[in-house]
Amino acid sequence: MLSTLRIAAMSAAIVAVAATSTTAFAQKKYDTGATDTEIKIGNIMPYSGPASAYGVIGKTEEAFFKMINDQGGINGRKVNFVTYDDAYSPPKAVEQVRKLVESDEVLLVFNPLGTPSNTAIQKYLNSKKIPQLFVATGATKWNDPKNFPWTMGWQPSYQSEAHIYAKWLLKEKPDAKVAILYQNDDFGKDYLKGTKDGFGAKASNIIMEESYEVSEPSIDGHIVKIKAANPDVLLIYTTPKFGAQTIKKTAELGWKPLQIITNVSISVGSVMQPAGFENAQNVLSAAYAKDGSDPQWANDAGMKKWNAFLDKYMPGVDKTDNGVVYGYGAAQTLAKVLEMCGDDLTRANVMKQAASLKDFAPDTLLPGVKINTSATDFAPIAQLQMQRFKGQKWELFGEIISGDVPTQ
Amino acid sequence: MSAAAEEVVTEAPAVEAVPKRAMTLGYGTSLVVLAALVIIPLLVKNFIIFQMTMLLIYGLAVLALNILTGGSGQFSLGQSAFYAVGAYTSAILMEHVGMNYALTLPIAGVICFGFGFLFGQPALRLSGVYLALATFALATAMPQLLKLGYFEHWTGGVQGLVVTKPDAPFGLPMSQDMWLYYFTLAITIAIYVASVNLLRSRSGRAFMAIRDNEIAASAMGVDVALYKTLAFGVSAGITGVAGGLGAIAVQFVAPDGYTIQLAISLFLGMVVGGVGWLPGSIVGSAFIIFVPNIAEGISKGLSGAVFGVLLFLVIFLVPHGARQVAIVAQQLAAKLKKN
Repeated sequence: MLSTLRIAAMSAAIVAVAATSTTAFAQKKYDTGATDTEIKIGNIMPYSGPASAYGVIGKTEEAFFKMINDQGGINGRKVNFVTYDDAYSPPKAVEQVRKLVESDEVLLVFNPLGTPSNTAIQKYLNSKKIPQLFVATGATKWNDPKNFPWTMGWQPSYQSEAHIYAKWLLKEKPDAKVAILYQNDDFGKDYLKGTKDGFGAKASNIIMEESYEVSEPSIDGHIVKIKAANPDVLLIYTTPKFGAQTIKKTAELGWKPLQIITNVSISVGSVMQPAGFENAQNVLSAAYAKDGSDPQWANDAGMKKWNAFLDKYMPGVDKTDNGVVYGYGAAQTLAKVLEMCGDDLTRANVMKQAASLKDFAPDTLLPGVKINTSATDFAPIAQLQMQRFKGQKWELFGEIISGDVPTQ
Repeated sequence: MSAAAEEVVTEAPAVEAVPKRAMTLGYGTSLVVLAALVIIPLLVKNFIIFQMTMLLIYGLAVLALNILTGGSGQFSLGQSAFYAVGAYTSAILMEHVGMNYALTLPIAGVICFGFGFLFGQPALRLSGVYLALATFALATAMPQLLKLGYFEHWTGGVQGLVVTKPDAPFGLPMSQDMWLYYFTLAITIAIYVASVNLLRSRSGRAFMAIRDNEIAASAMGVDVALYKTLAFGVSAGITGVAGGLGAIAVQFVAPDGYTIQLAISLFLGMVVGGVGWLPGSIVGSAFIIFVPNIAEGISKGLSGAVFGVLLFLVIFLVPHGARQVAIVAQQLAAKLKKN
């Protein structure tokens, strides 16, 4: 009697174990590009051509996933990071992305760089239902889950950042005359639009909009022209080289307007130092990530991890390059999403998890800035904090401001 | 052959005189190439088909440059501008006017023909490197012109225009890529045959007479000004059709896609394929599409340098490009037959 009971109990236990293990087995779901041992991720970057300076982002991401693999991978799976050069050319971007999808058979396309390249591949990836995850551009149009449910941005959009500057000016200096210097392309025009929207009814505060071409060797002439109009505030919506020129030229002219510079050009090493620290005092900006060359983060736990990673996997890299901070943060966000996916590595689940990030804080973001997404919010980072340049570093001030701009 | 080739290399004339028979392939070889182009897409993945479509499209653009340089002896570094005009013409007609994609191509061709013909007028006064520089200016200016605010409603400014890819007509059981490939192939063959006939015709002989000696040509009664501008127009027209096809295949046009880089690539393709040898256009096109990928495979950080080394090797070893390889192969085949 006892033995039959025991046998019954045993068999019940075996059945139970078998049942649970089969359910566990059944939960493992894969789309092309994912297996029990590997997750294949595709990426395109301008390693050559006019925007090749951004190539370091791709190299950082490649090194980051090498580190992840050395630490045992994500849920036991190694990440296979395939990255190709698109030379910042849209036709080449289409060719390389199709190669990633149809020949390499990747699970998703991660952090492709540049507004033109991303626009060129967006329709293709969405029609194939392949995630175009955390695109490396600040255009506002990536936050559009209704029309493009397979595309998601990462950094704060240019428009939302400009919005924040306008709101801050309206509060602190409501009657200031404002001049805007912007680069004549999608990047500069996004800032221009964001600023105007932010001023709303008080848009008449903007007394001058001056644009320059990225091909111009120097923009000194534009600064002289703006000074002649005598505004109180100068908004500098430029790429790094021109940002440094602007700050230097205003100082040379002995002109002291309140200057606000875009987040794109806040690198201490590549903008503030060349412009001259004494010239850059009291310049304002907003930030969401820590600056690799800023000594105030020397003892920060996240930046210590970042430094250790660079020393081991990218020895000799220029730590003042913002691309290194950027690539690390973006790659860490993807690693988090893949970890959340567990054993369900389908493309649909990747998008679902990417849209379920709650208060995630990568090592390289400012304290308090957190990544939040939802089914209707495809703009992961939407927070910035105002900062002022003092001495040789940026000093944060005020609260963390959220600047979400809905896609129209 | 070797003695003649050496002599030509040491003399290094601007554009070597190519007899018109040497400009094409024999019938047998043509049929083999054609059969390969028709059959291969049935056996490979969509991605490869897409690459082959781009191969044909760039091949057309290189062919157009070949008619201009190899045929009439004029240089151009401005082909990217004509390519851009063709691409934008097709994209705007398809997206804003809602025209059928196939109808936009002849329009793109005609507009570019006009554009090229008009540009040929001032270019008449220039020759050699000066003409190359003038066309270079055109290529540099084009991306910025496309960004201008006045045209932004039509061109989409810096954001560019997204183009819808056409489905196969009549319910043919074919993927979009495969249909577009055969569509492109048909147009390419038509233009290739027309180009060969053009160069064999009276006008073609006039082109070549101008290339070989302008003064002698005008003494023979060739209207030098007319035929020079005509060569520009024809070349621009074909490039425009290629641009239109490119826009449909890539599904996107943006100013950044048509920079001076493209013009230089096309020029490179022509030299690698063999100046004045029309079938070489497709070889040159293959070079500019695939060699950068190979270079990237060898080294990501130094892809530009690796590409440079490969290009240098080609120019050093076979200065006449694919044509030289073809001639050597032909001689080898003849020798084998004798033995």
